[in-house]
Amino acid sequence: MTDHKPECPLGGCEPSASVGGSRREFLGAATAAMATALTGCGTLSKEEFLQRNFKELSKDEVLSVIDRLEKEYKAKYGKEVKVANTPPIPGVIFGYALDLSRCIGCRRCVHACVKENNQSRDPEVQWIRVLQMDKEEGVNLQHADQYYNPEEVPQEGHFYMPVQCQQCKKPPCTKVCPVGATWRDKDGIVVVDYNWCIGCRYCMAACPYGARHFNWGEPHLPADEVNPKTHYLGNRPRPKGVVEKCTFCIQRTRNGQYPACVEICPTGSRKFGNLLDKDSEIRYVLENKRVFKFKEDLNTQPNFFYFYGV
Amino acid sequence: MRLPTLSTLAAGLLVLLGPAAFADPPAARTAPAAQAQDTAMPEGIQVPKPPFSDGIFPCTSCHDGKSMKPNFKHRELKDMHTDIVLNHGPASRWCLDCHDANNRDSLHLASGEKVAFTSSYLLCGQCHGDKLRDWRVGVHGKRTGSWNGPKQYLLCVNCHNPHTPRFQALKPLPPPAHPEQIQARKGGVR
Repeated sequence: MTDHKPECPLGGCEPSASVGGSRREFLGAATAAMATALTGCGTLSKEEFLQRNFKELSKDEVLSVIDRLEKEYKAKYGKEVKVANTPPIPGVIFGYALDLSRCIGCRRCVHACVKENNQSRDPEVQWIRVLQMDKEEGVNLQHADQYYNPEEVPQEGHFYMPVQCQQCKKPPCTKVCPVGATWRDKDGIVVVDYNWCIGCRYCMAACPYGARHFNWGEPHLPADEVNPKTHYLGNRPRPKGVVEKCTFCIQRTRNGQYPACVEICPTGSRKFGNLLDKDSEIRYVLENKRVFKFKEDLNTQPNFFYFYGV
Repeated sequence: MRLPTLSTLAAGLLVLLGPAAFADPPAARTAPAAQAQDTAMPEGIQVPKPPFSDGIFPCTSCHDGKSMKPNFKHRELKDMHTDIVLNHGPASRWCLDCHDANNRDSLHLASGEKVAFTSSYLLCGQCHGDKLRDWRVGVHGKRTGSWNGPKQYLLCVNCHNPHTPRFQALKPLPPPAHPEQIQARKGGVR
């Protein structure tokens, strides 16, 4: 076993160039075969098994990975799925503000998010959790209910607080990842490389907001419900056994659009923009409204804010 | 607050495009992505059509001032518009406080100045000035479009029925499944 170390082809211990070709191929095939034997899974391709962390890939390697993914999705869903690799926009850090005095808890955002981001439909993975809280109690998680389902909202005596990834400046989730499969990008979005994630769920334990979700089973995404506009670090269809989370709709926001939850909200409670642009809506909110951060005492420093618009 | 950036942008465009830029109407640079039915306000805010009930506008098709003379008496409407429930502010409020008696196709401010239905936010803003201020900067009310470019606004009346302005309650979409109800699907890789 020792002469077939899986990490060999991943870098560092290349043999001399003269024997490179065949030996390399042999090692690659042997590693893939070993992976198959060890993990008990037959369909993981050699390329996928040997793919390195997204942050370490060269431009060409990224393109070939994306090409491979697009082919896989085409075969799986029978339609063209575009996987983008749009980088952060220089001079942009995204911020989000949610008006607690306006939200009525209708969950339009929850389901728009599922549609936009290709979450598993059965079991349904939801990145936004709307908490129904007692007005008497204020923001008190002891008195929060996420399963409310009355005929009409808002209910007397309650207010509603949607919680999703807070895109922390000091994210505890990225700190605990043993393999570096999740990180905070330059525009403040915390992303996951689903191909590098080993599914240990340490990040889920570390996140104080319950914002990360695990694919316990093979995600069930009907072909006609696939959103074909995807991003490698965002809403591309995920495999079983990886963690996923809100990315501020990275595939939309890095192209100038609002996130899907902002666009759907019937009450206009959701505000989004560039924290570095002093004329943006988000800066107006931060400068003129009563704003708080959720669980501020944990010093996670969210870029997601709650405010009272009245 | 946006003005300095816009004017710099416009100056840049003029330098780049030369005389051709003069042909562009000024509204085009603030909101090119608007839908056909939408109207651009003088201040460059892009708003949709007011949500009239079917076939009710123009009002002057009935209220033409000849066959039907304006009746200034405060009264309960019995013959027409019986579907309108007026629950907006003090009980003394009345149709002609906002609708113009002489030209029913427009509204009027407290000063008597006429205001088109497409600029009704000016009328609302007479009392709700704080909301109008927030609305202009994009904080009160829904915005769609792009966070770094043209935005689509809604009129106050697209969300608040002016006669009964409280935001209407909605049926919530389904809640998440309880963990004990979740059955993970078999199969798949990894």
